[in-house]
Amino acid sequence: MEVLSISVDSIYVHKMWNDHELSKMVEGGIPFAMLSDQDGSIGKQYGIYDPDAGVETRGRFIIDPDGVIQGFEVLTPSVGRNVSETLRQIQAFQLVRESKGTEATPSGWQPGKKTLKPNPGLVGNVWKEWKVSDAF
Amino acid sequence: MPQEFKPGCQRPEIKKKDTGGAPAEVQNPPEEVEQKMIRVGKPAPDFTAPAYYKGKFVMTSLSEYLGKWILLCFYPGDFTFV
Repeated sequence: MEVLSISVDSIYVHKMWNDHELSKMVEGGIPFAMLSDQDGSIGKQYGIYDPDAGVETRGRFIIDPDGVIQGFEVLTPSVGRNVSETLRQIQAFQLVRESKGTEATPSGWQPGKKTLKPNPGLVGNVWKEWKVSDAF
Repeated sequence: MPQEFKPGCQRPEIKKKDTGGAPAEVQNPPEEVEQKMIRVGKPAPDFTAPAYYKGKFVMTSLSEYLGKWILLCFYPGDFTFV
């Protein structure tokens, strides 16, 4: 998996932020590309640009190896993301892809937990396979 | 792979890819460019943008990463707090 971060800041500010602050949190500095979208045009393509503030909101997109968007989440600036939930979603999308769509991950799925195998016999019978307590 | 370029006072131009949408009316351009609605299960819009990557300034395109899972994270700005 590759991470790309992107904001309306210049690449020079990205360098300063990495060198003077982020490298103090992450040893060796940021290991992924920090992209610059100074006119917000990429943010507009993804529907997360805030023209009033002139910035991009906290949009997060999971893109599969075919370049298809599998999921996204958008937050206003003051609430940070849940990285472990993002990783869980990526693991779920990877499992579904590897199963070629024969498996599905029910609500509350975590790596190692049971998946569902959708088929005509499962219609009306999910209650036998999945309990509400599995959601938590 | 990403191509390194020499930093200068002029900012590199962001090249926008034609996403195949209908050509916009040029006579009365809307004041605000309408934002696209992103849909899951549809191709991610491609783009090329300058980036800071491990000590270098490079040009990066989303399409370079085809074949890999990508996590694309927008955020309000460098030196913001969360």
